[in-house]
Amino acid sequence: MAKGKIRSKLRSSLYTFSCTSTPNKAAEAEELQGSVYSRLVYCNEPHQLSYNSNSTSTTKYNIVTFIPIALFEQFNRVANVYFLIAAILSVTPYGPYDPFSAIAPLAFVVGLSMVKELIEDWQRFLQDWKVNMRPAQVYTGHGIFESRPWKKIMVGDIVKVEKDKFFPADLLLLSSNYDDGICYVETMNLDGETNLKVKRALEITMDLDEDNSFREFKATIKCEAPNPSLYTFEGELEYNKKTYSLDPIQILLRDSKLRNTSYVYGVVIFTGHDTKVMQNSTKSPSKRSRVEKQMDQIIYILFSLLVIISIMSSVGFAYLTKFDMPDWWYLHAPDDKNLYNPQKPYLSGLYHLITALILYGYLIPISLYVSIEIVKVLQASFINRDMHMYHEDTDTPALARTSNLNEELGQVDTILSDKTGTLTCNQMDFLKCSIAGISYGQRPSEVELAAVKKMSMDFDAEDHDFSSAVSGFEEEGNAETEGTSNNQDHGRQIKGFSFEDKRLTGACWWKLPKPEIHYIFFRILAVCHTAIPEENEEGDGYDYEAESPDEGAFLVAAKEFGFEFCKRTQGSIFVREADPSSEEPVEREFKILNILDFTSKRKRMSAIVRDEKGEIFLFCKGADAIIFDRLSEDGRTFEKATKKHLSDYGEAGLRTLVFAYKKLEEADYNEWNNEFQNAKNSDSSNKDEMLEDLSDKIEKELNLVGASAVEDKLQQGVPQCIDSLAQAGLKIWVLTGDKMETAINIGFSCSLLREEMQQICISIKDEQEHDAEQDIKSDISKQIMSGTQKMKQEEDPHAAYALIIDGKALNFALDDELKHQFLHLAVSCASVICCRVSPKQKALVVRLVKEGTGKTTLAIGDGANDVGMIQEADIGIGISGVEGMQAVMSSDFAIAQFRYLERLLVVHGHWFYKRIAQMICYFFYKNIAFGLTLFYYEICTAFSGNAVYDDWYMILYNVAATSLPVMTLGVLEQDVSAEVCLEFPALYQQGPKNLFFGWYRIIGWICNGVYTSFIIFFFNILTLYTEAYRVEGQTPDMSIMGATMFTCIVCAVNTQIALSLSHFTRIQHIFIWGSIVVWFLFLIIYGAAVPETSTGSYQIFLETLAPSPLFWITILLVVIACNLPYFMHISFQRSFSPMDHHIIQEIKYYRKDVTDRHMWRREKRKGRHEAKIGFSARVDAKIRHLKGRIQKRGAVMAGQEML
Amino acid sequence: MNSDGTSSTSGATGSGDSATPRRNSKRPKYSKFTQQELPACKPILTPGWVISSFLLVCIVFIPIGLASLFASRSVVEIVDRYETACIPGGFRKDKVKYIQSDSNKTCRRNLTVNKDMKPPIYVYYQLDNFYQNHRRYVKSRSDPQLKSKSKENETNDCKPEATINGKAILPCGLIAWSLFNDTYSFSRSSQKLQVNKKDISWKSDREHKFGKDVFPKNFQNRTVKGGATLNASIPLSQQEDLIVWMRTAALPTFRKLYGKIEVELKKGDVIQVTLENNYNTYSFNGKKKLVLSTTKWIGGKNDFIGIAYLTVGGLCFLLAMSFTIIYYVKPRRLGDPTYLSWNRNPGGGANN
Repeated sequence: MAKGKIRSKLRSSLYTFSCTSTPNKAAEAEELQGSVYSRLVYCNEPHQLSYNSNSTSTTKYNIVTFIPIALFEQFNRVANVYFLIAAILSVTPYGPYDPFSAIAPLAFVVGLSMVKELIEDWQRFLQDWKVNMRPAQVYTGHGIFESRPWKKIMVGDIVKVEKDKFFPADLLLLSSNYDDGICYVETMNLDGETNLKVKRALEITMDLDEDNSFREFKATIKCEAPNPSLYTFEGELEYNKKTYSLDPIQILLRDSKLRNTSYVYGVVIFTGHDTKVMQNSTKSPSKRSRVEKQMDQIIYILFSLLVIISIMSSVGFAYLTKFDMPDWWYLHAPDDKNLYNPQKPYLSGLYHLITALILYGYLIPISLYVSIEIVKVLQASFINRDMHMYHEDTDTPALARTSNLNEELGQVDTILSDKTGTLTCNQMDFLKCSIAGISYGQRPSEVELAAVKKMSMDFDAEDHDFSSAVSGFEEEGNAETEGTSNNQDHGRQIKGFSFEDKRLTGACWWKLPKPEIHYIFFRILAVCHTAIPEENEEGDGYDYEAESPDEGAFLVAAKEFGFEFCKRTQGSIFVREADPSSEEPVEREFKILNILDFTSKRKRMSAIVRDEKGEIFLFCKGADAIIFDRLSEDGRTFEKATKKHLSDYGEAGLRTLVFAYKKLEEADYNEWNNEFQNAKNSDSSNKDEMLEDLSDKIEKELNLVGASAVEDKLQQGVPQCIDSLAQAGLKIWVLTGDKMETAINIGFSCSLLREEMQQICISIKDEQEHDAEQDIKSDISKQIMSGTQKMKQEEDPHAAYALIIDGKALNFALDDELKHQFLHLAVSCASVICCRVSPKQKALVVRLVKEGTGKTTLAIGDGANDVGMIQEADIGIGISGVEGMQAVMSSDFAIAQFRYLERLLVVHGHWFYKRIAQMICYFFYKNIAFGLTLFYYEICTAFSGNAVYDDWYMILYNVAATSLPVMTLGVLEQDVSAEVCLEFPALYQQGPKNLFFGWYRIIGWICNGVYTSFIIFFFNILTLYTEAYRVEGQTPDMSIMGATMFTCIVCAVNTQIALSLSHFTRIQHIFIWGSIVVWFLFLIIYGAAVPETSTGSYQIFLETLAPSPLFWITILLVVIACNLPYFMHISFQRSFSPMDHHIIQEIKYYRKDVTDRHMWRREKRKGRHEAKIGFSARVDAKIRHLKGRIQKRGAVMAGQEML
Repeated sequence: MNSDGTSSTSGATGSGDSATPRRNSKRPKYSKFTQQELPACKPILTPGWVISSFLLVCIVFIPIGLASLFASRSVVEIVDRYETACIPGGFRKDKVKYIQSDSNKTCRRNLTVNKDMKPPIYVYYQLDNFYQNHRRYVKSRSDPQLKSKSKENETNDCKPEATINGKAILPCGLIAWSLFNDTYSFSRSSQKLQVNKKDISWKSDREHKFGKDVFPKNFQNRTVKGGATLNASIPLSQQEDLIVWMRTAALPTFRKLYGKIEVELKKGDVIQVTLENNYNTYSFNGKKKLVLSTTKWIGGKNDFIGIAYLTVGGLCFLLAMSFTIIYYVKPRRLGDPTYLSWNRNPGGGANN
């Protein structure tokens, strides 16, 4: 935020500079200040005013700022600040030990973190650089366009953009290759909508459609200041001394893409960070995981402990200095620095406080942050290298873009997902149709496939006797279904068409009953649309550019049925029809008389056409309810059959449209058309209403033809993934920019919705739209209340509710007054679908869930419209491998497919959470165990601030002796294998319930640390009290005591970690036992150094410790005594109140899953979290339903028998 | 998901990709490490393991405990506290004044041997309430100076006992300055018992830390004397009392080796000790003790380690027993699925 402000200040100063350099322009610019428009663009004179350059930067640092900002960030961590102060103070005489011991670890830790930052920022820089260097065609004068990198484009430049290229900046459209100055734009990256949008140039600039036409072109644009609103634009163009006002329809936004148009010319209005898309981008917030936040609290607790014992020491010290030290003649007090001055005990006490604060710093694990960072980077590399999350088709592996949030993946409670591109491929497949009351199409939908699979599994689990037989069968079945799905992927040539029915595809439909109806059906498919055909690259067919993917699917289907739409002119459509009478297809022309557009209100679309015979038809397609209302008496022949098919299709998760037609008489049509044209040309304010009424009038008395069922192609594995996520206890919300119907359809196809679910729809009715805000609000409040009421009164435990809310209604529901009510309702619903939501609303919904429930949220999306929610959520996931990179760039993790989310959360997340939680607990444990011994010893040294250990031991403690084993814990520990994680999604709940990092557990570990320190210190003191240490009679001194005690700590702490691991690979063994060995080796090597270096530790191990049995038996005693309570705890816990993963470990250990497959399957089934969504829930509901019916029938039969 | 992944890869290779191998630049390479599939042993704490580890600890600990307790008990130790007894009656009120005066401080003590003591019998002095581990004290020494003649002026760390009249003190520092200076001589029935003061320090100290060519200089030349003086003609490496003293004790109560008596003492022997009571522990009310002790493998007399071993061993035995009992009363079959959370509280997770 602050950075933004600074930048805007800089910018304003830049303007003033440019103003002084061009005084007359400055005057004009000044003039602008008064008017609404603050921006002035001289077309074709890019150098007149200097605005922001078009280069964009998303890096955090630059060369100059890296060191200060990165350092600042490092010292944002309290612990680091503490260690910095400690390092500075250790140079003064107050330091209890060598300054090097304080500075070296800190420098190491901070340096490592900064290197990590540097690498991450470098990658961001490269990404920016790639974008900034993209080439664009810029006008250089004399009718020549030259290729220049994006970053060199300036405001006022004229650029030429070619088909399928991105716009380099916000442009004013001047002209296109079309005569009427239109062009098609795909704004996927901006709002996630995939349908093409039409942009239209001003009439007066439409002729500038050649490279040469810009020689003399001069114009001035005055417009609004840069702002983030994507859908508004205000400004005016002054051209040839006339002023024309500008609309958003003339504006081409950066990062949207030119489609379907060969080229356009445009003037650059906004560049770089001024563009709307960049204005929309917010600085990605740095996210910290829940565990890490809690860790901070523990650090605060330890800080308080540190301060308390430091004050205790200082008070003790001051007291002893004042009263006892004068008697200790051997100390020669006072000294010249007042460190030990009995006359000034308070001052000495104060100095001692500093010493103590540094000395007890070992309570705070300095290497914790850096160890966690290293561990997380390694963990992230597991994500990046996971073969099971690699997507073959797009060649994209998963990518952890930040490693801060690894463990957060194991604690997710709510998933908020985008629809298009995330759940669906945004590809429609024509799957089934019903013509003249006959249903065609045999290929099952994905939902049906999934349900069948699930049913067979459950059947298998229910019946023990059949289990082995069926399991074989099932595996076969699996192979088969997977085989077919592979065939689908690789064998299918036709995109958008998965229809399989010999009766229709064999081009012999005329042999079917009622061929004339079939004929009309196909014609409607081929004619009633607004698409444009394009010859494809191979030249053997057409690709269709349709407004919606459904239409594309219809056209592909029509082609397959033998009705190939091949040309569209201004007034006609040409279709190559297969003809029963001839071998070759016949090209027929249909004159398009009128198109009655599809709107969300009308929910239908009609085309009035004249065929070659001169007959006029009205072809209509639309939502079932709408069409059924408009049928004529005679046209209802197939209504019953079609309705049944429609409900079947709906249940199979398909989206349906109903087709109808009507033959028009010439005279009737002409009469109607006159009225229609008049209305169209009129200027009256209620023009729209009039047109609507007229459309209504003619779309009546229709004849039903049939219905189509299109599968909004879900991405591979989406229903299964949603099912397992639901069983893992996760809630899934869908936030989509799509229409409500589409959203509901998708809800059905990925089993977020099912037939018997109660849907609570919250929306603003059309007639309300103009009501006062307050009224609407109260109405929405009422809707929410009634929904809540309904749920409260529900008695059936299996009843599930779904909340579907519209974007406009959401606007009000997110209001401060209503949002808690809304959230309350939404949280108790099994699934929530928000449709027609803007990117900002997505982010607001995420924030509401995040803040309202206090649980971890995960947002997943693929487009630039999801950026807001990705950044807002605790974890943002971007779908990679698609074109736009915005979502990925702002995400924390990127995966190629939605289905990888399961593995990411249930396997990686679960492990990461447990690992990090255990790791942090252990870190605190080991540092408390060590740090407190220092304190106890202080009491024995009259609080003088002397440590019993050599300085080197203390450096080594965090760096070498104990850090590597805990890192292997953080990297390699697994409670159960990946397969088991996936088989028992319920295990995932251990994360959201925070079973491993709750306060009980943390305090348990802290107590364990306190206990360990106690045992280590007092057992050592008591064994090495005063008497001889060995048979030669020597008594122990400080170095012996220090070395023995430290050896005890190293051994005890490393044994402890071995006890808390449940997964030993060779690496763990090497690191844990290696650490102990390394410690002994260090003692030997250090002892062999010259006495000046090793001081008290000279030859300590070989000469003193090793030959003495007392040393070894002390270590054995201390190690066992330290670990006894923990060992007791884990063995009693496992034996008498085992956790789920314990039992599963045991089952696996005894291979019971192999010997008792029935039990294993049963538990796998039962172990799922009870979910109300997902196809399992759907199947369960169905089974319940059937069972209910059987029982009823049984009762009836029994009753009859009685009679 | 797992099977999905593998099937899709196999599908890809199956459908003709092998003929024209596509170069997957970003495809992660398989390794057991990155797939987290390293072979691992996953030990489980079964009741068998728990009970046997408790019993194992018990079996190992009790013999060690008994052995060390036995060793400790068989050490013979004579302790004589003399700091008050060696002050003539008239001076008892102001002991500090007595100790600082120049009067004759010789004192005689009789020690009775209660048990046979086999040689070597170690003679220790034990001080109490003396903070040899005080930070100021510990740091006040110069190791380089002690080791080599060329570094005799390195006295920076030794303040305030670094120099006198600008000349370096050798050995410098508070530790050396406060060297213990009580002396003991022993006799049994008027026959002098030799006290061997050789090899009472660590060998490495004598040979590597204290130089053979380094002689005391300017030592105890101040008006206020700390402790013992040193013979300036004997190199530091042979000044074993100093070497022993310079190894600072870890605790305020400590014993240091004074010498060895290398004849056997019989039960009932009375040993006459003639001691020079020079060292000032009276300022800080420190006790002084003379200790004669034999050693065993465990060192001196200390019952703690034995008792601790026996306690831990006993505790483990109790734990093993109680675990066994509880386990028999309320057994849990391992891997019994009824203990899974969804089976225990059916409302929570069951999905029937």
